[in-house]
Amino acid sequence: MKLLRLFGGREATAPVARERLQILLSHERGLLGQTDLLVTLREEILAVVSKHIQLDPDKVIVKLDRGKTVSTLEVDIEVPNNFDKKVAERRMAG
Amino acid sequence: MAKVLVVTSGKGGVGKTTTTAALGAALAQSGQNVVVVDFDVGLRNLDLVMGAERRVVFDLINVVQGVAKLPQALIRDKRLENLWLLPASQTRDKDALTDEGVGRVIDELRSRFDWILCDSPAGIERGATLAMRFADEAIIVTNPEVSSVRDSDRIIGMLDSKTVRAERGERVEKHILITRYDPGRAARGEMLNIDDILEILATPLLGIIPESQDVLKASNVGTPVTLNNADSAPARAYTDASRRLLGEQVAMVVPAERKGFMDRLLGRRAA
Repeated sequence: MKLLRLFGGREATAPVARERLQILLSHERGLLGQTDLLVTLREEILAVVSKHIQLDPDKVIVKLDRGKTVSTLEVDIEVPNNFDKKVAERRMAG
Repeated sequence: MAKVLVVTSGKGGVGKTTTTAALGAALAQSGQNVVVVDFDVGLRNLDLVMGAERRVVFDLINVVQGVAKLPQALIRDKRLENLWLLPASQTRDKDALTDEGVGRVIDELRSRFDWILCDSPAGIERGATLAMRFADEAIIVTNPEVSSVRDSDRIIGMLDSKTVRAERGERVEKHILITRYDPGRAARGEMLNIDDILEILATPLLGIIPESQDVLKASNVGTPVTLNNADSAPARAYTDASRRLLGEQVAMVVPAERKGFMDRLLGRRAA
């Protein structure tokens, strides 16, 4: 096979791409029902944290990874520097 | 009966804006009243590809917020009198766009135009969902490349669940447009071929736009590729696609670059 490629010059990679996509998408489509759940989670988490810290809504990322034995819910929130001082100031002022 | 058509993809850089401009111009050339609407708030580019960047005064957000009336924000194309542009705002205030506000503007556009082409931003966030929200039809622009096909699949799922039509239990008519296609590479098994992509995405094909230098040439000068060089391979492919949108039966071929005498003599391959 390798010898053939040597003479053929080029490698047909499209069948690999096709197979990888078919496997991946059949998996992802199964999770499609989860999309709404993630959107709801993200919005509610954003609302709770925003009560205390000013956030850029784009910096809140909620991911669900399905594993064979356990699945993980990953919440990644980027907060501005010195947010804790601002909170303290606001409390003092209030 | 006006049609709202969203040009979307999920992935960036696959040719949404090029496609919106090229199809908008092709539809206008066949006598339709067309408006192309840029939904890429903060990163507008449709004005630049249409060559109208110096004529933008008001934008979509101004109209949604009532700062400007729709006719004040619409820019008429200099080449085609029945082609119009509604630009996006350059400010990053994308929360200024509300479902209701955009819905009102789309309704007003429906009363004035035959075709409303919405150029979606990349991604699956608010800008992209708003661009597709009121669509009757969708073009999913896809490159023959794994990440683009995966994102197209995701967008198809959203078109079937997040649009007004989907919520009413109706269908958004979806079409795949394959761009940057290289028939030679696909034939040699180096690139996903058309059948692979259509089988994976299970959505009908609107057209195949070949990889071509003419696309960059057209955007350089701010002219939709269908107007800049109507005889070029991508222009013919876009024009065919526009005729299919109008319900004509047009044979699906991949237009090839027309080779010059020297190219033939030397056996040069196109692209």
